[in-house]
Amino acid sequence: MQEQEIELLQLIEKNANLEPSKIAKLMAVSEEEVRELLRSLEEKKAILGYSTLIDWAKVVQKEEVTAMVDVKVQPARGSGFDKVAERIYRFPEVKAVYLMSGAYDLSVSVEGKTMMEIGRFISEKLSALDSVLSTTTHFVLKRYKHDGIILDDEDDNDKRMVVTP
Amino acid sequence: MKKTSFLSKQADSLQPSGIRRFFDLAAQMEDVISLGVGEPDFVTPWSFIEHSFHALEQGYTSYTENAGMLDLREEISNYLLGSFGVNYDAEKEIIVTVGASQAIDLALRATVNPGEEVLVVEPGFVAYVPTVSLAGGTPVTIQTRPEDDFKLTPELLEAAITPRTKAIILCNPNNPTGAALTRNELEKVAGVVEKHDLLVLSDEIYAELTYEDVHTSFPAIENMKERTVLISGFSKAFAMTGWRLGYATGPEEIIQTMVKIHQFTMMCAPTIAQHAALEAMKNGKSSVDYMIKSYKQRRNFIVSSLNEMGLSCPNPGGAFYAFPSIRETGLSSADFAEELLQEEQVAVVPGNVFGESGEGFVRCSYATSLKQLDEAMRRIKRFVDRRI
Repeated sequence: MQEQEIELLQLIEKNANLEPSKIAKLMAVSEEEVRELLRSLEEKKAILGYSTLIDWAKVVQKEEVTAMVDVKVQPARGSGFDKVAERIYRFPEVKAVYLMSGAYDLSVSVEGKTMMEIGRFISEKLSALDSVLSTTTHFVLKRYKHDGIILDDEDDNDKRMVVTP
Repeated sequence: MKKTSFLSKQADSLQPSGIRRFFDLAAQMEDVISLGVGEPDFVTPWSFIEHSFHALEQGYTSYTENAGMLDLREEISNYLLGSFGVNYDAEKEIIVTVGASQAIDLALRATVNPGEEVLVVEPGFVAYVPTVSLAGGTPVTIQTRPEDDFKLTPELLEAAITPRTKAIILCNPNNPTGAALTRNELEKVAGVVEKHDLLVLSDEIYAELTYEDVHTSFPAIENMKERTVLISGFSKAFAMTGWRLGYATGPEEIIQTMVKIHQFTMMCAPTIAQHAALEAMKNGKSSVDYMIKSYKQRRNFIVSSLNEMGLSCPNPGGAFYAFPSIRETGLSSADFAEELLQEEQVAVVPGNVFGESGEGFVRCSYATSLKQLDEAMRRIKRFVDRRI
């Protein structure tokens, strides 16, 4: 059972658009079994959602700006970093938050339409939190690979000959 | 002005592979989805490629030992022991070759005398028959049957043996049928082999790509190691076809004779490919496992799709080929492949190019992305629906 769950998750991890009928063929099980597996994985929140990776630049002239912010915080007695992290990740501008080892505590990824907008968020919201001691902001200049996917991978055509022994 | 042909009679009499004509046809067309390719769609795993850059930067651009770098032979020795339980001495019983193809050629040239017969199991890889001829032997084909899932049976083997029979070439898992013999089936074959004192050239290039039973290497069967040359390489499971790197293992006497021919005709396998293979042996397992898993899923997909559309296709135990029957359509293999190519731009290989018993079948390689496979199945179904 667990092996099937893992196989199913690995299949849809790369392609959430894969139809259950196709998954059934790939795994050599019935379509009903696939739907049942999906239902149970959703129920126990192993599957949290089915998102789509979009390169917006291909569709609209929309400049998205992303910043990775290194945040040093004052942990709270009892809850450690968790409460501070929650204060931060509740903001919709924040796309990801990780607790880090090393020179700073939280790595916060922030998205906005302009650098100004992100700057405003950091100075007015993030830095203004009592427990935040300091922030260092790094703006992303170019995305090469995201979530395991190489962007603008134009050179992925099949280089094999059409028929070989 | 020259008066006669300069060609040797033997070379001139070699029949060109039936695959060639079909390749020419397919190569002229556009938007072809090819299920005709006998190699992985995966590019060589990046760490192997990156390691070869490193070796080049370090200046490894000279010849290696004739038999191949000792480090690599040691890694191959460990790998074969760990994966298949066969034990070969890296110094004396292993040779690194230019693809498994050269290993087959060397093994035949090292062992076959003029007039001796070499058994070739068909449907089979197109190079065996001509390579036996070039080595001076007489190829004798054994036609396996669809009712046996194209597996070699002891009865078929026994029936093909004459006093002149020297050796048998056994490809397991098989190209083009995907048939994979189980340990039990191999033991029965081994019984006949021992009775008639035959040499076995066991081509196990697809050994890692088995999906039902764990692969049994022929020399792992009792009493077979002393009479078996095991042939394999990096092309298929490691996705390294273009690097041209294979190997053979076997009794010292045969391997050392192969090394002798190799040193005069080839010197050594390409150095840079040997370095990439070293990385493949040391750190390649997770990449290989990932590819095997993908092939298995695609096999499940293609076999159920073909059966659903009325092309009967047994579940192949290994390699990356499905070998469905196309008899229901009333077409010959060649007509099926040609009309499918013309009407739907899907390339498959007619089964008869792999031997006469392949007539009525086509080879579909599933070493192709799921997206392409899915579209190919849609097109083949449309084609078949017009015929059945």
